[in-house]
Formats: sequence, structure tokens, C-alpha cells
Amino acid sequence: MNSIKKISTAVYTPDSMLRKPGKMIGDMFKDIAKSRELAWRLFVRNISAMYRQTMLGYFWAFLPPVATTLTFVFLNKQNILSVGETDIPYPVYVMVGTLLWQVFVDAMNSPLKLVVSSKSMLAKIKFPRESLIMAGVYEVLFNFVIRLILLAGVMVWFRVELPLTAIYAPFGIIALIMLGLMFGVFLTPLGVLYQDIEKGLLMIISVWFFLTPIVYPSPESFPANLISTINPVSPLLITTRELITTGNISDVFSFLVVAGITLILIFLGWIIYRVAMPHLIVRMGA
Amino acid sequence: MTNFSNKNDVIVDVSNVAIKFCRDLKKSLFYGVKDIANDLIGRSSGNDGLRSEEFWALKDISFDLKRGETLGLIGLNGSGKSTLLKILHGLIKPSKGKASIRGITGGLIELNAGMNPILTGRENIYVNASIFGVTKKNTDKIIDKVIDFSELHEFIDTPVQYYSSGMRVRLGFALATTILKPDFLILDEVLAVGDAPFRSKCYNQVGKLAKDAAVIFVSHNMHDIARICDKTLLLKNGQVTHFGDVESGIEKYQQNLGVDSIEDESFIKVEAPVKHVEFKWSTLEINYGDMIDLTVEIEVQKEMYDVRLQIPIYDNQATVAGEWYSGRYATKKLNLSKGMNIVNIQLGPMYLKSGVYKTAFVLTDEKAIGFPVWAFKSHTLKVKGSALGAWPYQIMGVVK
Repeated sequence: MNSIKKISTAVYTPDSMLRKPGKMIGDMFKDIAKSRELAWRLFVRNISAMYRQTMLGYFWAFLPPVATTLTFVFLNKQNILSVGETDIPYPVYVMVGTLLWQVFVDAMNSPLKLVVSSKSMLAKIKFPRESLIMAGVYEVLFNFVIRLILLAGVMVWFRVELPLTAIYAPFGIIALIMLGLMFGVFLTPLGVLYQDIEKGLLMIISVWFFLTPIVYPSPESFPANLISTINPVSPLLITTRELITTGNISDVFSFLVVAGITLILIFLGWIIYRVAMPHLIVRMGA
Repeated sequence: MTNFSNKNDVIVDVSNVAIKFCRDLKKSLFYGVKDIANDLIGRSSGNDGLRSEEFWALKDISFDLKRGETLGLIGLNGSGKSTLLKILHGLIKPSKGKASIRGITGGLIELNAGMNPILTGRENIYVNASIFGVTKKNTDKIIDKVIDFSELHEFIDTPVQYYSSGMRVRLGFALATTILKPDFLILDEVLAVGDAPFRSKCYNQVGKLAKDAAVIFVSHNMHDIARICDKTLLLKNGQVTHFGDVESGIEKYQQNLGVDSIEDESFIKVEAPVKHVEFKWSTLEINYGDMIDLTVEIEVQKEMYDVRLQIPIYDNQATVAGEWYSGRYATKKLNLSKGMNIVNIQLGPMYLKSGVYKTAFVLTDEKAIGFPVWAFKSHTLKVKGSALGAWPYQIMGVVK
């Protein structure tokens, strides 16, 4: 019975944790491991709490992409908005585009939303802060999977065959989530302090939607083609859509570049998130 | 898993901890951005000086706490107690100094912090357990213990939003004290609510945990502090004004209270047939268990038969801590003759715990209609010598 457990000591000082990078990175990955179960619990809690207080339930997950798709199909049919030729039936094109866009937007909104709604927990309980981000990712994935059912229905209806490349689609989805998460994590510290961020983000997202080839094919000529070259969402979204629908990948290189940079930046954002947290909690006052 | 470690381990070691806050919201947010930026380039965020609108919310805090010790953290509202706990919990960073905590910290800064009202009690147990880092498998093993302790068997599958506040506290306390075996336990005003039987159960539980852990216990109830703690730390305006034995900590706390919060509401009223009254106390500063002599000079216009005297003693919370009543133990009737009367009363022994009290004096006649003499909180009585006392209690005394 006389087992002696090694007792670790936590030391709290004003010093920046960046002074001990080795320990910091070690702690980061330890916390990720510790977060797994909690993130799952928080995710289940959030989802069941969310759907328990609605009448339409999961219908709310379907509604936004259906509404967007119907709107653009209508505008296009009536020639109010002419988007040109698409390789696949236009409704499928729009539906896939909005679903992927929604994944990106959900991932971008999720860190700030969860941190703000967990203020009182953050200010009173010590738990690995990464679990909030992870719970957010689970939620984004969950909503996406639900919407996939819708997409499957639409693809069957329009007789669009799933190409073999579709098995690579998860990489595209993950890349989109990572990109969204990267922006979200970078904005979280500032967003907790200033509500301007949340308000500004709402506006930026609605403009961004139209500056991404979601409801129209990516333009070829200058300057309109900047939409797909400067906008980091474009290569990820276009490539993922091609993986799911046509199977002809137009630009793998851009996809890999954006995905690679995202991976590096998300690590930076993660460090910022950890460093900022105690300063944010002081000012949460919950 | 039990830690078989030295009984005299220093678990909490705090040296020169200080933290600054900002009064102005806009500036505070801006400083937040600056502090984060400083931290990110590796500079420590607590440069020594105060910026505009900043003040030291905690200053020069040093103390240590060993395994098996229970420290009562006391102080008026806004004295910095919660801020100190947040630093010890690792939630916020100090601006100066260093705090080291050995082992697992279990905290109850607020009982219901991680609960979601829409979920049932059982679901919330799983959520909170994982917040404390306990896996589902281990929670399965102990969930019955948690439910037993909370005594919420019938309601455990009901959403927490339909719980009464007392029920929520029971669930929260059961969770936090049965799930973890912490080396360092923080209890922030958690025993303030709940009914008497459950509270006494909580005391026992804290006592059990305190054997193997260092405990910091925060309460405004000095009775609880005296009962549970071995030491006290008194904070005033963010500074330590006492660190050491329980009794003098509580005394100093009550002095703080006395200066800052008791307003003078005293009065002495007389009605016919009483013309004038004068009180002479032998002493107003006594030790626990002392006797006091009180001489009352009463001038009356006409004779009064079988008068009754009553001396209630109020504590600083304005509740009656003890009372003496002449009618109950009177061996002979007390009659007042026309003119000046001198009544000698001996009170005691006074089993009042250390503190500052207000005395009152009421004289009624045989029919007990009206109060010919009513002195309310007219004198201040200071008691020293014991952190515990009978409460409320019947003060003994005789009219000589």
C-alpha cells in the first residue's frame, strides 16, 4: 500500500511562460491530452442543451444551407443573377459550396463564442483551456455531418455521382476547419476584451461570403480572379468541392500552401490563446 | 490513490505576492492588450510601477500552509480574498511575487460554476467530474457516493434548473468534495447556504479532507472559522494585517467590522412614571467567563411594583447573542419606591465568544404594558479570550 506518488509543484509568477519554451510546449500537449474527455463532455452537454430547448431540433442545422441554396437557385433561374456555367447542376454546386463555407464560418466563430459563454467557468475553475476549443471543433463537425445527410439527398436527386477522390475530402474539411479555427483563435483574446470584434466579424463574414467562389465558379480574368488567389478560403473550398463532385483537381499546390501556413499559424494562435488567458480572466470579472 | 507524504509538507508557499487592478474599464481593457503583448515578447507583465487609474488589489502577501492545516481567510468585502484565491488557483497571474502549490488543487470558488441548468443532476455530475479531470470510468465508480452525499436520489434525473438553491449547493458540494482527493483545498463561502443537518455533514466532510490536505476556508461567519480553522489570515485593503492564531484574527476582524460597518442606532428612552435612568457598568471590557456588575439608578415619580428587567446583548450581526431576564429566576419581587432607586445587578459568568457586542436594557412593570425604560444598544461590550462560545444563551444574573 505504501506507494509514493511523485507530487508536482505548480509555480505562479508574473514571468512570461515563453521564457521556458520547452516546458510551455510540453504543457500544451499535456493539456491537449487532458482535454480530450472534458471536450467530449462539454460537447455533449452543449449539443443536448441546445437541442433540448428547441421544437424543431436538428432542423435548425439544415435550415441555413437550404435557405441559401434555394435563394441562389431562384435568382439564377430568373436570370436576376447570372453566374455562368458550372460543371455540375447548379443546386448541387451551391449546396456543396455553402456547406463547406458554413464549416469554415462555424469554426471561425466557435472559439470566441465558447470562451465568452464559459466566462464564469473560466474565472472560477481550473481546467485545460484547450478543451473549449476542442469542444467547438466537435460541434462544428457534428453540424457538418448532419448537413451531409442533406447533401447526400440532393446529390442522389440530381444524379451526381461521387468520384473516387471523395475519400480525400476529409482532408479538405479538416483544412477548412483549421483555417477557420486559426482566425477564431487569433481573434479570441481581443474579442473577449472588445465586443467590436464580434460585431465586425459578423459584417466581415457576410462580405467574405460574396468574395469567395461559393455560389459562382471562380473567375479567370484579372482583377476578378484575385477572389480565388488572395482569399485563403478559396483554394481550400474549391479543392474540397472538386474532391466531392467532379474529381478534377485544378490547383493542389495552392491548397497545400494554405493548409501548411494554417498549420503553423494555428500553433502560434494557440500560444497566444494560452498566454492571454490569465489576463482575460482578470478582466472577465465573473 | 493516497499520498503517503510527510505530514509537515509545505503545500502552499506564497511570498510577496502582489497584483494590480484598474478602476477604469476602458483603460483596463487597453492594459490587458498591452500585458498580453508584453507577455508574448517574453517580458514579464508586472512591471513594478502603477499605471494611471491602477491600484494594488493585493500587496506583499506572504504566508505558508502545511498539509493538515486549515487556514481561515477573513476580511471585509473587497479586501482581496477572492483575488488571492484566484492566484492560488492559477486562474490569474500575480503582478509580483511567487506562489507555489504542491500537488492537486481542488477548488470551490463557486459551487455551480460548471453546471448547465438544462441538464439533469446526473449529467452534470459527469460534466463536472471531467472538468476536475476525472474520467468517465472513474466517475461511474463514485457516482453513487456523490448522489448519496447530496441526498438527491429522487431528483438526480431532473434538470438542475428545477432545483432549489439549497439542492444545487448540495450537489455542488458533494461533487467537489467526494470526487477529488486534493492536496490543497479551497473553500470559498461554500457553507453559507444549505440547511443545518446538511451543513453539519459538510463540516465533517471538510474535517475529513483537511487531515490529508492544506485547506483555505473563506467565510464571513466567525463561528464557522473558529470551529474549522487552525490559523487565520486577515486581509484589509489587500494587505495582511494578521497571520497566526484564530482568536486574535477574529478579534481584529471584528474591530474592522466595528469601525467600518456598525452604525450608531443607540437610544435611551424613559416614560412615566420613570423620570430618569443612569447606567454604571463595573467594566465593559471583559474576558470570556467573567462576571459583570451593573448599577442602575432609576428615578421614579411614583411607586412601581414587581418590575421586570431584561438585558439583551446583541452581536455585530444585530442578532441577540444572549439575554438575562429578571423575572425567570427572581427570588423576591423587585419594587421601586418613589424617588431615586439603586438596583445592583450581577451578570455572569458571561460565556460570550470574543467580539464586540451592544447591550440593551428594558424595564417593564407588572402588567408589561409599555417600556418605562428602554435603552437600545446603549453600551458597547468587548469580550476577549475565546473564539467559541454558547450562542444564543441564557445569561445568568441576580439582583442584589
